[in-house]
Amino acid sequence: MSNDTSQSPPDRRPLIAFAWLWVGAPLVYGVYELILKAKQLFTG
Amino acid sequence: MSPPVAPPAWSRWLVPPAALSVHLSIGQAYAWSVFKPPLESSLNLSGTQSALPFQLAIVMLGLSAAFGGTLVERNGPRWAMTVALICFSSGFLISALGAETKQFWLIVLGYGFVGGIGLGIGYISPVSTLIKWFPDRPGMATGIAIMGFGGGALIASPWTAQMLKSFGSDNTGIAQSFLVLGLSYAVFMTLGVLLVRVPRTEDLKGEDKGKVAANAPGVLSGVQVSANSAVRTPQFWCLWVVLCMNVTAGIGILEKAAPMITDFFADTSTPVTVSAAAGFVALLSAANMAGRIGWSSTSDLIGRKNIYRVYLGVGAIMYALIALFGDSSKPLFILCALVILSFYGGGFATVPAYLKDLFGTYQVGAIHGRLLTAWSLAGVLGPLIVNWIADHQKNAGKHGASLYDTSFIIMIGLLAIGFVANELVRPVNARHHIPAPREAVDVERHQSESA
Repeated sequence: MSNDTSQSPPDRRPLIAFAWLWVGAPLVYGVYELILKAKQLFTG
Repeated sequence: MSPPVAPPAWSRWLVPPAALSVHLSIGQAYAWSVFKPPLESSLNLSGTQSALPFQLAIVMLGLSAAFGGTLVERNGPRWAMTVALICFSSGFLISALGAETKQFWLIVLGYGFVGGIGLGIGYISPVSTLIKWFPDRPGMATGIAIMGFGGGALIASPWTAQMLKSFGSDNTGIAQSFLVLGLSYAVFMTLGVLLVRVPRTEDLKGEDKGKVAANAPGVLSGVQVSANSAVRTPQFWCLWVVLCMNVTAGIGILEKAAPMITDFFADTSTPVTVSAAAGFVALLSAANMAGRIGWSSTSDLIGRKNIYRVYLGVGAIMYALIALFGDSSKPLFILCALVILSFYGGGFATVPAYLKDLFGTYQVGAIHGRLLTAWSLAGVLGPLIVNWIADHQKNAGKHGASLYDTSFIIMIGLLAIGFVANELVRPVNARHHIPAPREAVDVERHQSESA
């Protein structure tokens, strides 16, 4: 009867962190390259 | 394939990265231009020929989103993401074979036809699921995913350029680049396939339960309209016009940004160099991407109709400012162009939430797919207007900013048409609603059969 309440749900936070890192890392790379290029508007 | 129902305590914050893994990949389409010069030199192609794979891919995007939307709704997001993964990656592998054997038709078939189907199915695959997980913030949720489509080119452009530099720009180097892209995107998109889940009321706890419950698959509440009924409503066609006009206005600048800023300031004391124009194009891409998440999230606060009033009304004012004062102030020109491009991105990202408000979540992905045909027309219309008029004015002996005056006036007119169409949007007539209890049972039965 107390099975449902005694079992704590699995901690999803490591999976959430991994998933956001998976998509965030390439996006940060893309934004970094974009900033380098956009700077040319003011320096070029 | 059964719709992947979320296990107990599954977090809804795992769904946006699943969606992003697909959209960041298929957004590569906007980076096709990197392949054009090496393809032209190694396979002796003209500029028009080298654009064919991209053009066919965009046509297939529209067609597969329009005609595949109902299948996506029926089979669920995991099926859709798997189809997108297979088609998009296979497209690159077929193209690699085409480049290696110097058979250009294989590149058109692979990247354009097969890959294009992956683009369309992938684009709509997470929309309905995200809206169901985030009923309290649908604009933000779809904004994150559709921002990924804008961000995909930011990643693919420098990455592809680097690969072509390493592998070489001959046909073998192009083939190797296609191969690496195909395999890498297959791995990258796998995260989306594995993580995506549809919400289930009984599995939700605490705060999330209240937010998601109303839109969970088994509990369809509020107005629900099927995709077939939606296309028979004036609301669908009003939104179609709104999206088409907004995209036309944005794409007109985006497609010709570099020559436009150069022409605008050619006769001034501060002309724009080629590299500065490239920087302007990059800045526009950033505004496009930021608008997708920023304006779409704002729509959750001020409402969908109001945000489109801003896109279309303020967009028209921005075009008027450029037409009147653009050539006298570079900062003003850049600022107005950035705002217009942010509205362009915002328009794309907000429309799924607008559809959800009008037609419910029942088949919102399929309805969204059909609405994207507006994008196909706008993709032709915007560049056509700006290029044709600029060429015509040049032949008439005009130069500088005057090459674009007429185009800007036309864009203001198109935005005004879009503004009126948005004002005409009213709640959907009850005769188009699905009979709630029966459909709810149908959906619930479908869930239990598939699970």
